[in-house]
Amino acid sequence: MTPDEPLIDFDWVARNLDEIARRLGEHLVMTGIAVVVGFLISFALALAIRRSRRLYGPILAVSGVLYTIPSLALFALLIPITGLSLLSAEIALVSYTVLILVRNIVAGLESVPADVTEAAIGMGFTPLERLRRIELPLAVPVIVAGLRIATVTTVGLVTVTSLIGQGGLGYFIVVVGIRDFFPTPIYIGAGLSIVLALAADVALLGIQRALTPWARASGAA
Amino acid sequence: MGAGKRRRLMDLLSSFLAWLTDASHWTGDTGIPVRVGEHLLISGIPLLVAIVVALPVGLFIGHTGKGALLAVSLGNIGRALPSLGILGIILPLTLPLTAGTDIPLGLPPSLIALFALALPPIITNCHVGIREVDRDLIEAARGMGMRETQVLTRVELPLATPVILAGIRTSAVQVVATATLGAVLGIGGLGRYILDGISQHDDGQLITGAVLVALLAILTELGFAALQRASVSPGLRSTGDRAYEVAGQAPRPPA
Repeated sequence: MTPDEPLIDFDWVARNLDEIARRLGEHLVMTGIAVVVGFLISFALALAIRRSRRLYGPILAVSGVLYTIPSLALFALLIPITGLSLLSAEIALVSYTVLILVRNIVAGLESVPADVTEAAIGMGFTPLERLRRIELPLAVPVIVAGLRIATVTTVGLVTVTSLIGQGGLGYFIVVVGIRDFFPTPIYIGAGLSIVLALAADVALLGIQRALTPWARASGAA
Repeated sequence: MGAGKRRRLMDLLSSFLAWLTDASHWTGDTGIPVRVGEHLLISGIPLLVAIVVALPVGLFIGHTGKGALLAVSLGNIGRALPSLGILGIILPLTLPLTAGTDIPLGLPPSLIALFALALPPIITNCHVGIREVDRDLIEAARGMGMRETQVLTRVELPLATPVILAGIRTSAVQVVATATLGAVLGIGGLGRYILDGISQHDDGQLITGAVLVALLAILTELGFAALQRASVSPGLRSTGDRAYEVAGQAPRPPA
């Protein structure tokens, strides 16, 4: 790397378009798996918390401690057990989404006004119907807000999994860029990962708008 | 759990304990005390500089309301930036600085990246903390003839302190965690044990590094949480007021 070298070597980009597309896809899939699995686990935990409020404290405490552990340390602790594998990466990524998602799903379900719930009970809704037709739709904005944070965070963390042989776009930052002192792949990897985070954020916002037409009609965001 | 798995976990536990308690790992330039010290320096210096820079900026934004959009967007952008990406992006820019010197080439980018990561939570929380102070109190303070600086230092700052400390706590935990990644650029700190453990297939070293980093991050979190609680006015604390937990604030991204 010399000072007079151009900031981005476009020849390298042109030669590696296939690899860039492949790593971008891998990044997207790794993020998707983590957020979907994290959401399913968090949803189950949130329903359990709704049944028994006593569970909330312990679940928040455990996920909070997991959340505080630096990602490289969490990946490292999993290596001797599940190896330098996608599974190790996903276990850590999923565990990071749980704190954000559980908090928001619980808050979302609790945000339903008591009168609305009472009206639903009065109309003869069973608890399951109430959840599916009243509480979940009304909780969508808060739940999606959690999903957006979890997704943006996960996109950033996937780059770190390049240190355990995974990594999507992080591969360009660590393996090609930093090890060979070659800036172009670093800018490509970091730049695309930021673009991916923002695109996912906008897409989720779009899904939220589509799922809550009444919010648009009343002019609220 | 099967017997084989249990034996594997016991093996891991014993290799961890063997590595941790080996006397040779507690002395010299790569010993645990030196690595912990390096880690604290690499995190502490950028954090202190960030506090010194971010506090006046955040207090100004909070008090005057000017640049509020900047404070909010900083927080959002900070979340989308991958910390590893920041390290990588800064590395080529600082290489001319370290060329021909004894400074490790990974040190300036690590310090700059950690400094940059620490800024947004402090600025955002200063702004939010001061904005959330009851407007009536500020009107009353002005009515009592306080000057603007007095309003800031005697009314807004004391009431906003828990929220500001929450921002510093967020930054501190993130910096301690991200300092681990400095090892990717070849500098010291506890991340060294993790990366060396991976490349040398040394489970004991790997687990020791991971456990020490995790402990350091958790202790940082708990330490600042205690400081934050202590800063809440005793009167508010006894009413169970959770003012120091900023409403709707997303948790810091893990690093």
